[in-house]
Amino acid sequence: MTAGSGTGGGAGQGGTAATERRLAMLRGGQLPQAHNARTIAALASNPGCARRAVLDAAATRKHELAAHAGFPSPFGESPFTRNRDVAFERSLKDEPDKELLTLLRETLDLDIAEAGYTDLNAPGWNAAGASRDLAARHVHTRQQLTAPARQRGTMFDHPLLTFRVGGRHAYLEPDLIAFRHDGTFHVVEIKSFAVVDGQADGAKVGAAAIQSAVYVLALRDLVGDQATVAHETVLIAPRDFSFTPAAATIDVRKQIGALQRQLSRMDSIDRLLAQVPEGISFSLDRDERGVSRRHPDDLLRDLRLVEANYAPECLATCEMCYLCRDEASGTTGALGRSVREEAGGIESVARVLRVAYEKDPLPVPDDIAEAAAILRRAAALRRAALGGLG
Amino acid sequence: MTTLTSLARIEAADQGRAQLIRAVRHVHVSDRPLVVIPLQLAGEPCAPLAAMIGDDRSAPRLLVVANPLNREDRFRFAAELAGVVLGYIGRHAAGPEPAEKEAYPDAPQLVLPNAGGVTFTRLLGRSTRFRPTAGPGAVPAAVPALGCWLTYFAERAQHPASSLLLTATGALSAHWATGQSAAEDQNLAALLGWISPPPGLTSRQAALLAEDPARCPPAGPATDPAFDRDVLVELYKAIKESRAAGAGEAAVEGAATERRVLVLLERELRLVLEPTWRLVWQSVDLLRALPAGGHVAQRWTSDRKSFTGYARYLRDGGFPQAKRDAAVDAARRLARLEGEQEQLDAQMAFDDPLVMAEHLMTGRAFEGVVVQAEPHRLDQSGKRAKLRPWITLETADEVTAEPGAELRSPARPGQKAAVIETATLNGRTRVTLELQSGMGRGLAPAPGSVPEREDVLCYTTLTLEFQPPPGFPAREDTPWTHGGPPPEYVPADQAVAEPWDGSAWEDGAWEDTAWEEAVQGGEPS
Repeated sequence: MTAGSGTGGGAGQGGTAATERRLAMLRGGQLPQAHNARTIAALASNPGCARRAVLDAAATRKHELAAHAGFPSPFGESPFTRNRDVAFERSLKDEPDKELLTLLRETLDLDIAEAGYTDLNAPGWNAAGASRDLAARHVHTRQQLTAPARQRGTMFDHPLLTFRVGGRHAYLEPDLIAFRHDGTFHVVEIKSFAVVDGQADGAKVGAAAIQSAVYVLALRDLVGDQATVAHETVLIAPRDFSFTPAAATIDVRKQIGALQRQLSRMDSIDRLLAQVPEGISFSLDRDERGVSRRHPDDLLRDLRLVEANYAPECLATCEMCYLCRDEASGTTGALGRSVREEAGGIESVARVLRVAYEKDPLPVPDDIAEAAAILRRAAALRRAALGGLG
Repeated sequence: MTTLTSLARIEAADQGRAQLIRAVRHVHVSDRPLVVIPLQLAGEPCAPLAAMIGDDRSAPRLLVVANPLNREDRFRFAAELAGVVLGYIGRHAAGPEPAEKEAYPDAPQLVLPNAGGVTFTRLLGRSTRFRPTAGPGAVPAAVPALGCWLTYFAERAQHPASSLLLTATGALSAHWATGQSAAEDQNLAALLGWISPPPGLTSRQAALLAEDPARCPPAGPATDPAFDRDVLVELYKAIKESRAAGAGEAAVEGAATERRVLVLLERELRLVLEPTWRLVWQSVDLLRALPAGGHVAQRWTSDRKSFTGYARYLRDGGFPQAKRDAAVDAARRLARLEGEQEQLDAQMAFDDPLVMAEHLMTGRAFEGVVVQAEPHRLDQSGKRAKLRPWITLETADEVTAEPGAELRSPARPGQKAAVIETATLNGRTRVTLELQSGMGRGLAPAPGSVPEREDVLCYTTLTLEFQPPPGFPAREDTPWTHGGPPPEYVPADQAVAEPWDGSAWEDGAWEDTAWEEAVQGGEPS
């Protein structure tokens, strides 16, 4: 929710020069789009999707590509939501030694005597993260967080971490990091959704938990063996219908495990690029007024050359979802993962029906024999029950 | 999802039209439901900005909040809403007080567009039911009364067998499978596009159109972010400025400006709400056109009794619902919901061949032909002989019932049948059943009361009888594992030190920053 989260370029220290060149060519002169905890969480939710992996690795602006190809993405944020986010975070951070410190002290049992607030945005860099030199900011964060414990503060604002994803580095900016004098760091996530009577929207808490997990991994990477990063993260959100903050700890071990599993499963970007035909590009070829000179069909053709792995869940997380859904039309997967499973994994809607109603002239292959028997039984029952209605 | 509904989805995708997955309607549809379409300010837990409401489709009432972040405006909205909702409820509780176990002849029914509307209802109920009606921050008595009723309806919506509160998306998708995913079915316009596309459009076209918020406003409670940015921000800012106009002549002019802007705001919100209003009533029509299942009236009677009981409770000065259930109450409630679900499953299966087909798939039911019948068999083992006919069915279905299991047939729901033995040979199973009731009083069966050879019958282990929940300890005996006995419930305590809107609202500090930034802020990242 930090206004500045997602600053900076996706290009990092990772990857070979050849990979970098290839990715830059795919991006084709667009400003690179940065990863943030949310996009990494989304990436991990569909690790089998080559299209998303390649588009993200090339740091393309997916929403612009989708819109130009004729499938604008459905995501928008209301200014009201954003204002509430900003206002809530500001209400805490404007006077960090008041409510924020009290909350963290109660939640994490922080040491009172050594409480201190450190803004890692070095002097001269304004609060909106105006420094373009992300590498410098990251170095500063590293210096401060790995300093001897005595010289360390308790709360760190505007930290800048890096995270390796798909063979490349991305910069991440958690809301806050708290340090406890038993030697552990805690990731603090500030959210403006309400916790009413101790309960919040499960989906929102889940999303916050997986974002925190990304930060925990990034922070562990940064501090190495010099300190411990707790798997207990802190969520601060307004209580009931007020703006009074309430804090809760969330154990993100499960999310960290899932994230690590999925990230390790993700093909390295080199292997993915090897499957991408030479000469394709996701450039929008903008003229000096910013108008794309590229024909939408041409872009669409290149996008389609990288395979997608669409599921309805993508509708909530990926900017390319409408394009991929359009392609997946006529498949059982487009109707939901469970539908595809119930259809015995058969991809094509038409084929399922041919099998179910025994209209396939060819014998059913062994690998779907069991599924076919279930489908035929279901079809017969459905026909009988509907026939009885007439 | 079951294999049958998955297959229906696949058929719908293939045919480009939604497919029925229920042969009859399993919800009650009132002759005069109260349709409520709430809208709320994005990001807020419960800041209403408008509602379209009414029990007459030709005369919707539009309620609008001039400034959703303003405390007085929100309570004014709550009071206006209370006027409509309590009036509607009151018409169902107006007659003579029914006797102890009886119910009012009809109950109110709320119909909302989607599940988000139910959450909004619950939160609005939560934020109003504890409001004091005297002293500082007092609100009209109708506001906490509304809060109790909204909480009641939102709670009833959790009961699988209740129809007191229906959502259009929930009720429609319980009866039709579309050629899109369940996630996409949450969009009412898209769902209806598959069931009944507007003239000149295919289902797919209608569903795609429904996803364009510019042409098809979302059914709420959240509004389209672009609408917030392009329309609402400016109007709210204008209202806020007109109120800050100052004293004297400026105040008069400010009030006039506010009225003008309010007219604009109402026009914009009406445009956003009217399409959904029509869609919800169309949903009501579609549901009503389905024939009602056999047990729908019985379940509605339970709803009427529940409503009557709650109306009586409130009239007798009952407390607003607690914020959270005590341990014993929570356990009892969960057990009750589970019991209701089981009973509902059985009732639907008995009422609807398409539901029974799902149980035939899983082995909870089988269908077979009677190959042998001993209608006059007597059980002589006791002091007096009893009529206990045996019948044997042969079926190709999977039979999971063990000997001793009690079965019922939807064709003869009043007749108990116990499994004596099962034997499977070459993929066909023979099941011998002993009939234990429903044959008249004598030692000879009443005509037609025992199935005959060649009859085709379906039997299932599903039972229509309500399984009463197990016993739970009394409140004062709550075990220490569950926190021990809860403190006595005093609703007055719950409202203390709980501003409806916190200090940040009261001093208006962030209200200022909010609107300014909302105007300046461009496309969100």
